[in-house]
This record gives sequence, structure tokens and C-alpha cells, in this order.
Amino acid sequence: MITIENLTKKYGSQIVLHIEELSIPKGQSFGLVGNNGAGKTTLFSLLLDLIQPTSGHVINNEVQVNTSEAWKPFTSSFIDETFLIGYLTPEEYFYFIGDLRGQSKADVNALLAQFEDFFHGEILGQKKYLRDLSKGNQKKAGIVASFIGNPEVVVLDEPFANLDPTTQIRLKEIIKDLAAKDNVTVLISSHDLIHVTEVCERIVVLNKGEVVKDIQTSTETLKELEQFFAK
Amino acid sequence: MSNTNTLKTKTNRMFKKFTALQWKSFFRSSNLGKSLGIKILMGFFGVYMLLSLAGMGTGMYFILKKILPNQSPMWSISQYLIYWVLIELFLRYFMQKLPVMDIKPFLTTPVKKSTIAHYILGRSAASIYNLLTFFFVVPFAIVLIFQGYQVLNVLLWVVAVMALVLCINYVNLLINKNEKVLIGLVSILLIGYGLDYFGIFSVKELFAPIFHALYAYPITVMIPIALAIGIYYINYQFLKDKIYLDASLKVKSVEANTTDLAWTKRFGEMGSFLQLDLKMIWRNKRTKSQVFISLLFVFYGLVFYTQDIYSSMVPMKAFVGVFMTGIFLSNFGQFIPAWDSSYYSMMMSQNIPMRKYLESKATLITVSVVVMFLLTIPYVYFGWDALAINFGCALYNLGVNIPVILYFGSFNKKRIELDQSPFGNMQGTSATQFLIMLPVLAVPIILFSIFYYLINLQAAVIVLSVLGLLGFAMKNYLLNLITEQYKRKKYGMIAGFKEKGS
Repeated sequence: MITIENLTKKYGSQIVLHIEELSIPKGQSFGLVGNNGAGKTTLFSLLLDLIQPTSGHVINNEVQVNTSEAWKPFTSSFIDETFLIGYLTPEEYFYFIGDLRGQSKADVNALLAQFEDFFHGEILGQKKYLRDLSKGNQKKAGIVASFIGNPEVVVLDEPFANLDPTTQIRLKEIIKDLAAKDNVTVLISSHDLIHVTEVCERIVVLNKGEVVKDIQTSTETLKELEQFFAK
Repeated sequence: MSNTNTLKTKTNRMFKKFTALQWKSFFRSSNLGKSLGIKILMGFFGVYMLLSLAGMGTGMYFILKKILPNQSPMWSISQYLIYWVLIELFLRYFMQKLPVMDIKPFLTTPVKKSTIAHYILGRSAASIYNLLTFFFVVPFAIVLIFQGYQVLNVLLWVVAVMALVLCINYVNLLINKNEKVLIGLVSILLIGYGLDYFGIFSVKELFAPIFHALYAYPITVMIPIALAIGIYYINYQFLKDKIYLDASLKVKSVEANTTDLAWTKRFGEMGSFLQLDLKMIWRNKRTKSQVFISLLFVFYGLVFYTQDIYSSMVPMKAFVGVFMTGIFLSNFGQFIPAWDSSYYSMMMSQNIPMRKYLESKATLITVSVVVMFLLTIPYVYFGWDALAINFGCALYNLGVNIPVILYFGSFNKKRIELDQSPFGNMQGTSATQFLIMLPVLAVPIILFSIFYYLINLQAAVIVLSVLGLLGFAMKNYLLNLITEQYKRKKYGMIAGFKEKGS
């Protein structure tokens, strides 16, 4: 589904990301871990064509992302709260995103109904604008918005951060289901090794902009990762 | 004794530390270098304001003497001081920022709450708004002394007025942006002035002796000083107990109501953006006041049409025409797409056709130009020429200025926080904004002048109209070009809009 070829990003003389080759098959749940500054957000930003690659390219379902925009209809993402429109209520935001992705109000409502548990009564019908919600609730709204319109690729940056434990557990179920049942390619990054190993079939470790580990998740994976980061 | 002394030095040290932090927050702001030009410009503007105030202060004695030759200028000014107090309160309500929020980081540090409260209040005393009056009053006082007024009386009068300024300053903090108080203030102001104007009851004469006493009996200077101290103390008491996150520091959130704006659906794909834009304008302070300001500018033409000096300067009328019908165009348009800066990266990774996005903005501005033109129709009172000029200017705005302003918008790279007050807010402003005004305002006026002086008024109006219609005819082509330009500039915009604190 996603192929990365010879991708580099430099700021001045500093190389922040350099990936020779990486491909993610359709329907895989893909986890990205690494310390601060390892290049996780840079990689996601390149994937979404929010920054320009210094060299190389990303191909998303046969579309080269920095030359064509044809990847946008089947790709959705939530990177941070700048993906939210603060002066809308959550409902209005969902409908707006739905509009952009060709979903009617009824479609969006049907999707939202599936996430009632996840919202825990704190998102819909609150008479609050998104800017007035707490960080955690903003995140919930953003994550669910990224599921609107049957995307084939979902990119979530640090989805577990700022969420309460109940929501974290529910989110893990949701992500697993997405990849397993709906054949959606899910890319997530996280600082929490336990969460990633539970959710992702495959884990890639970035360190100083380079891929240092590429693991198919097994029972040993958590230990392996912990050993790596303890160094 | 020594105990109070150490306390004093401790407080002093705290104050110095706070002040140093204030400096740092200014000089270390991430785009100090980038926006230094604007700061210098603002600085020049400030100096200009102060100089004109000083000039007014110097001239006021002679002006009052000329307008009201039968009474002492001191008495004349005392008559109007009550209005000055009310108007200053009114203006400050909008202009002055309450310095409370900056204090959040200190809450958990071992600084006494009383020190923080004194710091906030002390700092607001040094506010620029208090200086304005000072620059007016001091030259006025100097002239008074030269005109043979009692030196001691004049000096103490200055002190009294400055004490009044402090009273106003602290009363404003107490008002704390309460809308009800504002409405009350405006009503008092209008009723008082109305009574005076229609000669029903003289508010001026009622307050004149009271304010004049500040000059006549120097000892009365104690009253405003006592008042200022009193209000400071009330503020202090009030603030001291409120330095908690959930009390005064919490930003009030408004109850949201979900609206549908279903009629926007008729605009097809563009509809959802139009809906978003309308919500943005209505739900954010800065954009909302932009609309009101624009509407007020309908009256701008009166300045030119009612004065005889301008009756022979026809190109000035073209200026007014472009300005009045295009005020929203320039106020709102110059910051496209920075209005959407806080969520621009979402917009760019979403399934958004850039073209529709721009089209929706263009439609919005088009509507504004049409509305502004309709509102200026009453200028026909000043002759059919006025209507013709405004019509030509409106067409020019529609056809030419809309694409121009959208094109220049692609150079915007500065973030705008939507929910901040628009008054004196230079956020998002850069050299681009000054460059935009050149083609938008100057070009039509120059064109108009050339054809007006070479041929006649009709020709000038026709040229503007034809250019407007041409632009309108080529709208699709132009929008395509602009769309390409926005795509090229995309990465720079995303990066620029991410930088906070501009």
C-alpha cells in the first residue's frame, strides 16, 4: 500500500530522516516507535505531503504523494490538535469532514453511533466548541474524525497520549478491528511500548532518522524493545 | 523594623525579576527579528500619536479661547472633563488588555499571591494608555503657566488629572469586560450628551464646578488621589483572592449552538467551505468585529462629500469609492488564508479541492462588495456622480481586486489566533499587507485620475467598470492561476502557520 524509497529530509546540513526502503502492505497495522527527535512526526508529515522531501518519495497506493493529490480521498489522519477547527462543535466538525469525504449526514451519524462507547458521553451534544474541550476529548474527536469516509490508510500520531485508561483500552480494540476486519492500513506512532506491541503487527524503530529495527510483533517483541531503549 | 525592611527588599527583588521576565518575553519572542519592521512601524506610529497629542495639548488653550472667548479655558475644559472620563472608559473597554493571564506560570512558584496582585496592578499603571493623557495634559499646563495661571494650582491640577487617569485605569480593570457595564456607560454618555445638546439639562454645567475645583482649590487634589488609592485597594482585594486557575484566570467558554446553515448546500461543493467561513466569521472575536468595522466604514464617504475642500478633488471620491465598497475585501481578504492558519495542515491533508476553497472565499468577498455598494447608494444625495463613481469602484473591486487580493494572500505565512481582540492586533501582519494595499487602492485611483484629467468623469468611471467586467469575465482563468500559486506555496504556508506567538 505504502512504499517509501530513498526518502531523506534535511534541515540545513542536519539529516532528520533517511529511509532507504520501506514498504507497508495493505491492511497492516504498523507501529512507529522512537525517542524524541527520532523522526516519527517528520515521516508522517512527509507521508501526508505537509513537508517537502529533500530527496526520494513516498508512494501511497501507486500515487506519489508530493506530485499528485490523488492519495487524499483514501487517506485520513490525525496528527495533533491543529487538525481540529476550534470554533466548530464536534458534530459540526464531523459533518464538515464528512462533506469533504463525500459522506452524507446520515452516513456520518451512522459511523458516530459506533463510537458512542469511545466518546463516553463527553463529545456529542455538549454545546461546546472544540476549542473549549479538554485535550483528551479533543483527541477523541480528532481520532474519530479520521475514520470518516471509509479511508484505506489511517495515520495517527501519538494516539494514546492524553487519553484516559478506559479510552486507551477502547482505542486499542478499535485500531485492531480496523486492520483486521476492514483491511485498513493503520499507521500509528507511540512512546508507549506496551500499547504498540499490543496493537501493531509490525513495529519499526526509528533512531536519529534511521530505521534501526523492523520487527514482526511476537511475544518476545516487548522485551526486545525494552532492551533496545534501556541502552 | 528590620523585619519589614527585609520584606521590602524581597518584594523589590520580586518586582525586578518580574520586570526582567517581561523584557525577555518581548525580546525572545520567536519572530522578533521577522516582525521588527512592524514593531518599528508601530513605534513610529506611537511616537506620532504622542507628538500629535502634545501638539493638541499645546494648541488647546488657544482653541478654547477662540471658540469660547467669554470664559477661561480652564473652565471650558472642566466642562468637558466628565465626557472625557466617560469616553476614555468606553475606549479602554475595547483597547486595554487585562494583564491577568500572564500570571499563570507564577502560580506554583513560591511567590506570595499579594506580590503577584501588586505586580499586575502596578504594571497596568504603567500602561501606554495612561501616558496618552499625560502627553496631552503637560503641554496644556505649560501653556497655562505661561498665560499667567497660578503655577502651584496648575501643577496640582496635572497631578489631579493623572490621579483621575489612574482611577479610570483601575475602574476599567474592575469592569473586566462586562458587557452590561459597557451598555450602561454608553447609555449615560448618550443621555448626558443628548440632554446637553438639546438644552434640556446642562450636564456640563453640573460637573464644571466640580472639576474646576481641582484647579481652584489645590487642596482638593487629595480627593482624586484618595479615590485612585481606594480603587486600587478594591482591585487588590478582589484580585488577591482570585488568583486561582478556576477563578479569574479561567477563560470563559461560550455555550455553543450547532447550526446547520443548510442553505449553503445550494452552492454545491463550495457550500461546505462557505458554511465554514460564515461560522468562522461569526464565532471569532477578530473576524466578527472586522464585519462591524467594515459596516461602519459606509460613513467614511461623509468625511469627503460634506467638506468643500474635496468637492474639486474628484479622485479622492474614487478613493472613497474603492475604500467603502472594498473595506471588507481588504480587511478580510488580505489575511486569506491565514484565517485558517490554526488548522491549515488539516486542510492540506484533507480531501480538499484548493480551487473550491478559494472560490468560496471569493464568493464571500463578492457578496460583501455588493452589500457595501448597496449601502452606499444613499450617497446619490450628493449627486448622481457619487453613485456612478461608487458603482465603477464596486465593479473594479469585484473583477480586479478580488483576484489580486487572493493572489497576494498566497504570500501570507503568519499565523492568526482567531479569538483575540482585533484592536491594535497586528497578528498576521507582515510586509505583504502593506504591499497589498498598493495595487488594491493605488492602481484604481491612479487609473481614475488619469482618465478623469485627460477626458472626463464618465470616461474614468467607464474605464474602472470595464476593467472590472473584464476581470469578472476572466474569473475562471484567474482563479486557476491563483490555485496553482497556492499549491506552490503550500509547504511554506504550513510551516509558517505552525509558528505560534507572532
